[in-house]
Amino acid sequence: MSENPTTVGQPALQADDISVIFGGLVAVNKVSFTVPEQSIVSLIGPNGAGKTTFFNVLTGLYPAERGGQVALGGRDVTGLAPHKIASLGLARTFQNIRLFNLMTAEENVKVAMHSHLKAGVFGTVIRAPWQRREEREAHDFALELLKFVGIGKSAYEYARNLSYGDQRRLEVARALALKPKVLLLDEPTAGMNPRESAEFVDFVHRVRDERKVSVLLIEHDMSVVMRVSERITVLDRGEKIAEGTADEVRTNPRVVEAYLGSAANDNHVTIDDGEEAGS
Amino acid sequence: MSQPTIAVPTPKRPQGVDRTQLRWPLGFTVAAVVVVVFYGFILPFLVPGVRGWVQDWLPISEINVALIWAMSALGLNIVVGYAGLLDLGYVAFWALGGYTTAWLMSDFGFGGKVNFNIFGSPGAASTTGIHLNLVLVFLAAAGVCALFGVIIGAPTLRLRSDYLALVTLGFGEIIPQIFRNGDEDGLGFNLTNATLGIGPIDSMTFVRINRGDVVVGKLNVFDHVGRFILFSLLTALIIFVSLRLRQGRLGRAWLAIREDELAASAMGVPLMRAKLAAYAVGAIAGGIGGVAYALHLGRMLPDPFTFAVSITLLAMVVLGGMGNVWGVLLGALMISWFNSTGLPQIGDSFNSAFGTNVNFPSFNFLIFGGVLVLMMLFRREGLLPESRTRLVLHEGEAGDTQAEEPEQELVDETTVKSGDVK
Ligand SMILES: Nc1ncnc2c1ncn2[C@@H]1O[C@H](COP(=O)(O)OP(=O)(O)OP(=O)(O)O)[C@@H](O)[C@H]1O
Ligand SMILES: [Mg+2]
Repeated sequence: MSENPTTVGQPALQADDISVIFGGLVAVNKVSFTVPEQSIVSLIGPNGAGKTTFFNVLTGLYPAERGGQVALGGRDVTGLAPHKIASLGLARTFQNIRLFNLMTAEENVKVAMHSHLKAGVFGTVIRAPWQRREEREAHDFALELLKFVGIGKSAYEYARNLSYGDQRRLEVARALALKPKVLLLDEPTAGMNPRESAEFVDFVHRVRDERKVSVLLIEHDMSVVMRVSERITVLDRGEKIAEGTADEVRTNPRVVEAYLGSAANDNHVTIDDGEEAGS
Repeated sequence: MSQPTIAVPTPKRPQGVDRTQLRWPLGFTVAAVVVVVFYGFILPFLVPGVRGWVQDWLPISEINVALIWAMSALGLNIVVGYAGLLDLGYVAFWALGGYTTAWLMSDFGFGGKVNFNIFGSPGAASTTGIHLNLVLVFLAAAGVCALFGVIIGAPTLRLRSDYLALVTLGFGEIIPQIFRNGDEDGLGFNLTNATLGIGPIDSMTFVRINRGDVVVGKLNVFDHVGRFILFSLLTALIIFVSLRLRQGRLGRAWLAIREDELAASAMGVPLMRAKLAAYAVGAIAGGIGGVAYALHLGRMLPDPFTFAVSITLLAMVVLGGMGNVWGVLLGALMISWFNSTGLPQIGDSFNSAFGTNVNFPSFNFLIFGGVLVLMMLFRREGLLPESRTRLVLHEGEAGDTQAEEPEQELVDETTVKSGDVK
């Protein structure tokens, strides 16, 4: 499944010794992590384990502390601005959907093409032929992506008027508009019903195969995780406690303990506030 | 999300032929031609009673002033309405544009030390000063304002919007102060002639309409109709640029920043560059407004550039309908007319009818503030809002607290949203 020999050597994404400290709280502690080319890997862990925080470091929203490093396709991106990292090919969705609510689905997707488009003030104002072509292509690509995620019909709806599931789909389409190498999905099935979750497994495979990206997902739905992931990494209280295939992780005593230990408060429908970069 | 999904018409396909883009230049031209014909060719020959009434209630000079306000308000709209950056010192760009005109189009020449003429039109007796062609003056003012927009923006646009508002406020105070004190006593050399100001500003070769006759000649301070032609062209240009930008890559980026800055940056939008672009484009429009103002006055004085100008411009944007050029245009024309003509005239009529002696214009800001409060209570989206803004505010009435505060701080927003999402 994961064999893709095109790029030899560098993994799609490599994170070394990532730490994040909030005041006294070590939210992520020296976590290293690799996403191989064209793979689907998962990051799991109880609530508050530090998964979203880890994503925020990868995407440049939080700085990597204590000498942590992030490399994207072999290129060091540590310390780069979020938009720079995004344009180099690291796209994400948000656990708490963060669409541009008052823009249409199509506009949302086109925003993410910003770094691939060239039009400046002058070209836009005179609407030069090359600028028109660029806009047309952007428009076509946006529609293609919207169709790909299954919401082609809603292209001109405002994002806020989409159904919850469609908003999640739109987030994926928007992320794909960056033409990323690696796609990070933060709890993409949250709020989906079991049927939608089941479909999601196929969807992730399609994304990987047709869009040629590696996918890293944070997921709470174990049935999804076990079926979709080639490798699983488990975080608990900021520490990486296990890593391996679905079977290896499932039987790992530390994982079982982490989940059972927090089972009481792990109905996973609690309020999450780990999304934020600004403080 | 738990918010009620209110039936909203699906927005039209934004791509391809945009009908509004074809229609408005026509409407605008017709309106401008009507004004020119009326004030240039019909008004002078009307019976004195009617003429007097028009000159009292809708003088062309005040229409010109309204257009100057409109140009600047449209520029501010790019900063505030499009990109969502609060600017409280926009008057600085007016002052910069105005003084650039005064420097480059008068006998002043920094105390008469400089003297040259590039396609300009110095007065017959002129022996000093820089005399540039008006087109060059516009380019220079645009350049100066864009430069200052970037200089002030670069260090401050990283700040959160409330700090940004304070810094721009300071900028709006400093620049006019420099102009006010810009002579030997204040600055050490004569930059702006301080409170005496610079003037007169050169007249320019232009189509001129005099009592129904069209002549090509020198346009001086009193040729209101000629200047109206120029000002309406400039206003149309700024509208055109606003609309075009809004629909392109930059406009989308601005709107995305206004909606969710963090998500925008995670989608590859360079926040600083996009904000700087908004700031620079807005500054240029303000500068053009400043040039027009200088042409209108015929000389440049530091006094008009007060904080009240910045606030009035902001009110024009908000009252008119943030983000929508037509709303802002309407807001600017209405408020400007009301301030310059409507209120004094109403006051005069009132006083003569009731034999009172109330100074109505002095209640200007009281009325203004009252209207603002009422608008914010009953029609927060402005007179002619952008369709998307209307969407949010009306859902707000449906009891959706999340939608009611679109400009919340990031942190709050997340907590609110996460309650919804998870
Ligand atoms: N901006 C912040 N400031 C302070 N503490 C934070 C911040 N963001 C996250 N935390 C804390 O860091 C820890 C990790 O949070 P994070 O959101 O990364 O967890 P998570 O694994 O994504 O959990 P969930 O499954 O609920 O989404 C939590 O204890 C959280 O409260
Ligand atoms: Mg999380």
